[in-house]
Amino acid sequence: MTARTDTPSAPRPAGWRDWLTTDTPQSRAQARLGRAWAGWTAFRRNRLAVAGLLIVLALVIVAALAPVLAPHHPYAQDLNNRLMPPSAAHWLGTDAFGRDILSRLIHGARLTLMIVALVAATAPLAGLVIGTAAGYFGGWVDTVLMRITDIALAFPKLILALAFVAALGPGIENAVIAIAITSWPPYARIARAETLTVRRADFISAARLQGASSLRIILGHIMPLCIASLIVRTTLDMAGVILTAAGLGFLGLGAQPPLPEWGAMIASGRQYVLEQWWVAAMPGLAIFIVSLGFNLLGDGLRDVLDPKGD
Amino acid sequence: MMIDIRDLQVRFGRGVDAVTAVDGVTLSVREGESFGLVGESGSGKSTVLRAVSGLNDEWTGRIAVAGAEQGPVRQTGFYKLCQMVFQDPYGSLHPRHTVDRILAEPIAIHGLGDADARIDRVLRDVGLGPAFRFRYPHQLSGGQRQRVAIARALVLEPRVLLLDEPTSALDVSVQAEILNLLRRLRAEHGLTLVLVTHNLAVVANLCDRLAVMNRGRLVEEMSVEELRRGAARQPYTLQLLRASQGYDRATAESFRDYA
Repeated sequence: MTARTDTPSAPRPAGWRDWLTTDTPQSRAQARLGRAWAGWTAFRRNRLAVAGLLIVLALVIVAALAPVLAPHHPYAQDLNNRLMPPSAAHWLGTDAFGRDILSRLIHGARLTLMIVALVAATAPLAGLVIGTAAGYFGGWVDTVLMRITDIALAFPKLILALAFVAALGPGIENAVIAIAITSWPPYARIARAETLTVRRADFISAARLQGASSLRIILGHIMPLCIASLIVRTTLDMAGVILTAAGLGFLGLGAQPPLPEWGAMIASGRQYVLEQWWVAAMPGLAIFIVSLGFNLLGDGLRDVLDPKGD
Repeated sequence: MMIDIRDLQVRFGRGVDAVTAVDGVTLSVREGESFGLVGESGSGKSTVLRAVSGLNDEWTGRIAVAGAEQGPVRQTGFYKLCQMVFQDPYGSLHPRHTVDRILAEPIAIHGLGDADARIDRVLRDVGLGPAFRFRYPHQLSGGQRQRVAIARALVLEPRVLLLDEPTSALDVSVQAEILNLLRRLRAEHGLTLVLVTHNLAVVANLCDRLAVMNRGRLVEEMSVEELRRGAARQPYTLQLLRASQGYDRATAESFRDYA
C-alpha cells in the first residue's frame, strides 16, 4: 500500500479539460475549479435548467444595458399616442400616458433584479445564521430562536409585508425590507434541519477534538453543508419574491409612479384590461418568464447541489 | 502514568430513564504503552474513550492525562497532547473539505505556522504522497481516508493517540496495512496508544496490555502474552476468547450472559 500510494505527483496533463478533471490536483485552486467543473457538467445535462439560467442571465444583461437597449425613455410621455397596440414603432404598444411599454419593461428589469438581489442577500443569510446557531447549540438557544421563527412563520407573508410597508411608508426599499423580514423563517428551518443531521457526525467531533471553537465549526464545517439546500430554496423562492414585490406594487405599496416596476405597471393597466389588453399583459408576461426562469434554474441547481444526491 | 482513570462513571439520561454506560472503571496506561480496551457492543469501551478525549463531558470520577487532571471541559492545549482516530473513515472527514484543508485546520487553530511543510511531512508519514493533498474525500478509498484521519490526528504531534475501532470499517487486507502503519508510527513518534476494539486479533497485533469490559464494568486486565496463552481468569473473558476463535453450534450454545 505504502509503495503503491506513494507515487510521485502525476505530470501536468495536457489540455484544460484534463487539467480540470484530474483526480490529483496540484493546488487548492485546481481542486476547487475541478469541483466547479464537475458541477457544471452535471448542470449542463439538464436542458430546462440551462434554459432557466439563460433567462436569468438575460435578465441581468437587460438590466445592465437598459439605457442602451430601450428604444425610448421610460418616462417619455406622448399623449397623442395613448394606448397604441403593438406596432413597428412600439413593439409592445404604449400605455395610458403614451409611454413605450417595451422601454418601461427593460428599465423595470433593473428594479426586479434589485429586489431579487437584495432579498437574496439578506433573508437566506439571516436564516442561515439563526438556523445553524439553533441547530448546533441546541438547548435553550434552540428553543428561543425556533419559537421566534415559529411566530414569524405564523404571519401570512403578504399581509405582514403590507403591515410593514404601511408602517414604514410605501416605496420600493421598504417593500424589499418587508419581503426580507417576512421570508427568513423558512431558511432558518432548513438550515437548522441540515445542522441537526450533521452536528453529531464524526467530522464535527473531530473538529472539536482539534480544539476548534463553536464559531469556527459553524462557519467552516456546518454552513458549507447547509448552503447547497439554501441556494436551491432561495432560487426557487425568487419567483415568489418577484410576485410579492409585484403584488405590493399592484396594491400601490411598492414602487411609486412613475417608476417602471412590473407589478405597478399591471395595476395601471387594470382599467383598460378588456380593450387594451397589452398594457397589463406585457408586464405580466415579463413576470411570468422571469419567475419561470428562476424556477427552472432552482430545479437544476437542486440536482447539482443537493447533498442528498451524493 | 500517561493516562490515569479512577472510578470513572458515565450516565446518560435522567431519572428513571438513566443508563449507566460506564460504572466505576479504574485503569492506567504507561507512557509509550499500547493499551487495548476490549468488549462487545454496548460494553462502554467507546464511552470511556470519549470521556478521556473530551467529547463526552457528563462523567464523574477522575481522569488525568500526562499528570494533569482533566475537567469535563478541556483547555486548547489538551488537544495538542491527545488526539483521536474514529471508526468510520467515511464519516470522520468533512465531505466538502480537501485533504489539504482538513490537515491545515488544526495547524491554524493552534497557530503552529509552517503549514505547507507540516502537511507534506505528515502525509508522507502516513504513506500518502503529496499527490493526495488536494483531493476531496470522495476521491479516496476507505484505507486512504483512514490514513488521512490518522494524519489529521498526528499533525499536532500528540503524545497520546486514542483509536476507536480504527480498522473495523475497512476491508481485511486494508486492516493489516493500517495496523502496520499504526505500529510504525508508534515506534517512530513514541506514541502512547489506547485502542478500543471488539477484535482480539487486532489487540494481539498492536497492544502490550488489555482490559476487558462488560456492561460498563472492567472485568479483567491482562497482558497480551496471557491473551495469547488463553490464560484468562474470568469466565466472561474466556467466553470472549472462544467467540473470537469462530463459532460452531456447541460454542454458541455454551454462551451465557455475564451481568
